[in-house]
Amino acid sequence: MVNVLINDVPVSVPEGTTIMDAAASVGIEIPNLCYLKDLNEISACRVCCVEIEGEGKLVPSCNNVVAEGMVIHTNTPRVREARRTNVELILSQHDNKCATCTRSGTCHLQKVANDLGVLTVPYPADLAKGKKAFWTTTFPLYRDTNKCIKCMRCVQVCDKIQSLSVWDVSGSGSRTTIDVSGNRVIKESDCSLCGQCITHCPTGALRERDDTAGAFAALASPDKVTVVQIAPAVRTAWGEAFGLESGAATVGQLVTALRQMGASYVYDTTFSADLTIMEEGTELLHRLQAGDLDKQPMFTSCCPGWVRFLKSQYPEMTGRLSTAKSPQQMFGAVAKTWLAQRLGVDPKDIFSISIMPCVAKKAERELPGMQSVPGAGDDVDLVLTTRELARMARAEQIDVPHLAESPFDSPLGDGTGAGVIFGATGGVMEAALRSAYFLTTGQNPPADAFREVRAGGPDRGWREASFDLAGTTLHCAVTSGLANARRLIQAIRRGEVKYEFVEIMACPGGCAGGGGQPVDGSDREKAGSRGAVLYELDQQAAQRFSHENPAVQALYQEYLDEPCSEKSEHLLHCDHFAWQMPQKH
Amino acid sequence: MSRLSIETPGRAQTVVEGLYRDVEHRISASPPGLCPVDMALSFLRLCHAQTCGKCVPCRIGLGQLTTLLEEVLDSTASLETIDLIEKTARVIQDTADCAIGYEAARMVLQGVQGFRDDYISHVEHGRCLFGLNQPVPCVALCPAGVDIPGYIALARAGRYNDAARLIRKDNPFPTVCGYVCEHPCEARCRRRMVDDAVNICGIKRFVCDHATDWTPPPCAEPTGKTVGVIGGGPCGLSAAYFLSLMGHKVVVYDQRPKLGGMLRYGIPDYRLPPEKLDADIEFILSTGIEVHTGVAIGKDIPFSEFENRFDAVYIAIGAHNDKKIGIEGEDSEGVYSAVQLLRDIGEGRVPDFRGKRVCVIGGGNVSMDAARTSIRLGAESVTCVYRRRIEDMTALMEEIEDAQSEGCQILPLQAPDHVEADENGRVTALWTRPQIIGAYGSDGRPRPRDAASPLFRIECDIVVVAIGQSIDSQPFEQVTPVVRGKIQAESDAFVPNTPHVFAGGDAVTGPATVIRAVAAGKVAAANIDTHLGFHHLIESDVDIPAPHLTNSPACGRVELRNRPVDECLSSFELVKCGMTEEEAQQETSRCLRCDHFGYGIFKGGRSNKW
Repeated sequence: MVNVLINDVPVSVPEGTTIMDAAASVGIEIPNLCYLKDLNEISACRVCCVEIEGEGKLVPSCNNVVAEGMVIHTNTPRVREARRTNVELILSQHDNKCATCTRSGTCHLQKVANDLGVLTVPYPADLAKGKKAFWTTTFPLYRDTNKCIKCMRCVQVCDKIQSLSVWDVSGSGSRTTIDVSGNRVIKESDCSLCGQCITHCPTGALRERDDTAGAFAALASPDKVTVVQIAPAVRTAWGEAFGLESGAATVGQLVTALRQMGASYVYDTTFSADLTIMEEGTELLHRLQAGDLDKQPMFTSCCPGWVRFLKSQYPEMTGRLSTAKSPQQMFGAVAKTWLAQRLGVDPKDIFSISIMPCVAKKAERELPGMQSVPGAGDDVDLVLTTRELARMARAEQIDVPHLAESPFDSPLGDGTGAGVIFGATGGVMEAALRSAYFLTTGQNPPADAFREVRAGGPDRGWREASFDLAGTTLHCAVTSGLANARRLIQAIRRGEVKYEFVEIMACPGGCAGGGGQPVDGSDREKAGSRGAVLYELDQQAAQRFSHENPAVQALYQEYLDEPCSEKSEHLLHCDHFAWQMPQKH
Repeated sequence: MSRLSIETPGRAQTVVEGLYRDVEHRISASPPGLCPVDMALSFLRLCHAQTCGKCVPCRIGLGQLTTLLEEVLDSTASLETIDLIEKTARVIQDTADCAIGYEAARMVLQGVQGFRDDYISHVEHGRCLFGLNQPVPCVALCPAGVDIPGYIALARAGRYNDAARLIRKDNPFPTVCGYVCEHPCEARCRRRMVDDAVNICGIKRFVCDHATDWTPPPCAEPTGKTVGVIGGGPCGLSAAYFLSLMGHKVVVYDQRPKLGGMLRYGIPDYRLPPEKLDADIEFILSTGIEVHTGVAIGKDIPFSEFENRFDAVYIAIGAHNDKKIGIEGEDSEGVYSAVQLLRDIGEGRVPDFRGKRVCVIGGGNVSMDAARTSIRLGAESVTCVYRRRIEDMTALMEEIEDAQSEGCQILPLQAPDHVEADENGRVTALWTRPQIIGAYGSDGRPRPRDAASPLFRIECDIVVVAIGQSIDSQPFEQVTPVVRGKIQAESDAFVPNTPHVFAGGDAVTGPATVIRAVAAGKVAAANIDTHLGFHHLIESDVDIPAPHLTNSPACGRVELRNRPVDECLSSFELVKCGMTEEEAQQETSRCLRCDHFGYGIFKGGRSNKW
């Protein structure tokens, strides 16, 4: 243990503890901006500097460790002056229009400046203009260079967590900024659109393309039948935007909110998650029997960020993906065909909106092959992130904490617990195994028989488990985060490991930690707590097997015949080779 | 009023003079990757501040150029702006009255022509094509990428064994490099912005002189693969060391009786004591490397047969042949090649130069070695003849100074013309043609040309030719492409159109330095490992001490001292004394820890494995 004195408070902490953590251990908070524990400890903002007796200069507390006998002061005149001046300098290059910023209220810079009581900035504003400030408005990921404070968090999360290095420091000297690495433009980069840079940005410099105006217009249009689907992970987090704990605002309340906003029908993506299990599970068994999985596994295909990653980093492995469309796209395809039939509306009049914890879904809905009904446009017409949905609810002055619950519309509102856990890492695998067991043995396993894929296994970036399916051993692996995905793929390619079935989600923790989820400015990683909400919902669900979903059964009976039938293949499967990644413009 | 008075500089002028020195140091410590247009603008501002203001092109033109360059950097310029910059700079260069103006314009012109791509990128895309990606200057400039801030921090903490282990992660010749490395790492040391570069090489020598643990890290599981290495110099042995750690069976062949290559047969003992070299070699061999000395591949064993014995082959034969100067009388008795002379001594055939007058031809490090060796062989006088100026010599300045202090006379601007010999064919004199230094050549160095002076006669008994080495690539010409004497290998050391042959070191690059040979061996080891189907990582588990928070204030650089000249001349004993512990402590405290402070903490500060 190391003993130091911080603001006259004796502190004893283990060797190697940073000054900031040592201070926090006795309730002394040191303001900071760029710091993100374990990911970005680079002391770039210099806001966390403290005074240490005997040291010549002020010392950043985020990445320097305590030494025995240190006498540290976090609030001396010298520290105050330095902290305030550095914040003022940052503000001089920041577009301080908080009133029109999506991060107002959750912005680190706003909080630090407000806390310090900065009322005026003594330095002239120095903002980028013209080409320097340009960013495409059509790509699902939007960057405002004048809100960027060059904290480097986006660079770090893309490097270390996602291994894509889309962002990098650009240029040198006074004009140094953050830009797409290698002098590429974002549209032509290998960005997976996972959105982790957005959720880790301390300001409003990064956000999704805002599609709320289009959603409002569709919801208000008398000519449109608006069909809304809500992804499983959205229910864990949407209330966070209103200050509620994860899961505290229920999906029933969300259904009410969407009805208040004018949605004609509100359905559950959990339905199409169950449908995905039927298609993907059947495909898995077919490929297993055909010997296609002897060397390399079948990968899940429901995460569009992961699909973009695989197609750009290992294009020769594209064929390893399941051909099953993602739940969002299966829902869209069913909505404009079977549902339109059942509702007795022209598919052209259906406007299909999905609420997703995801930015990549905005790109997925436009892919070639995601248009099932000629003349009826894309199967999914518009994608909103959880954050955009929350902004819309806020704009409508909806009193979220006090909303009554309403049920989903039928039939596409029926979902099982297996479909719900799609939103957490390992959930797709677990749901698939539950039904694969049924499909091979003719009977249901205990619903929690495959919970091993949720956690555990060797700690090398992925989890693995083996299960016996009627005498055949199925070797499975699960991971989330694209750097983990890369490690797993490399091990597979080197022949160090062999699996038949692999689930990968681009975002750490799966969709619960998705790049479209609310950001509360606390820097806490919430995928774990949100995922726990999903497993709890599964636990409580009346039905926990996808193959028992009555709506799914009705869909096969009335329309598709059986999983992987000709009609199912046409409607629910896709050609991953039909587009290029990076996309050519 | 006095008619004349003595000018003394005012306080402001004195301060400014100091700042000039600071800026000089600062520029020399510039990190690689800075935006060239931004730097051009900064230089231009400095130039404009120097303007006296008399003439239009300089007073106004440089200012307008500044504005235009700013527009380029702010991306508010058009492509025509670049043309306008070029035209304006051309006119200023043509019409400025003095060098303040025309030299400033020349710099802008050179830039707008030399990195026009970057100008265009700024204008069209608002982006620079450059970027900092090597934040730790010493590591970036060390060919082998040795973790310099890491081992300096360990040395400061007194952890010499750990420091040596850390160096060996990238370089298995730490002792040798502590004595004879040309230390490119020091060139852009950020400490120069404060005072002067850290004496990195001296610290490394101190570490190795004080390290006591000489056990190598454990080798990986045996792979069953075999690698044959031709050449037991720094390149071949470095590759052998890393490949052995990776679990491959390595067999090294060398045509000489002992390992070490140029380290043993090219570098005199007074710079690198043989026991120091042996220590590094023993360490390397203790990983389980098999050695066959006195065997020349291509002569004793046909290369094709050799190649078939192994799963991979690495050619690291160095550059041991001497280059002929091609003047009349070169074959006279008493004319030596420096390579031959140094090798003979390395093999124990020590010639007697007592009472002889020696002329050494050449201006590189080898010629300094030959000169200082001649002195130790008892030469009555040693004269080093070089066709350019002393400041143009390629030898390290400290080598030149040491040679001079030991009594070697350097005769610059003399081009060898012919060797005069007596009737028995013995050297009697070297005739040289006086040179005059002239215009700059395309290599950026001023070129000498014949002066209008008569030939010059230097009476002597011995002539040592030290004008470079060549590669004995002939035995490999059947199997590997050889261009201008150099074996052709790709940047990953692979020799194209061969099944599993790799090559590197002097044999590929031409004569270079120890540390470049080590780096080549490291590159080869990694790629041979991959070629054999493995992905072994070489890593170090040494934890690096946290940096001290406050840097030591400006402080002089510790230089190694030479022993008194009188003591040195009579033997081949080591000349340079290592640092004392007190000196090493002070010198290590000067390191600014660029791995932690600045960009290094963000990106590229440390690579723990390769």
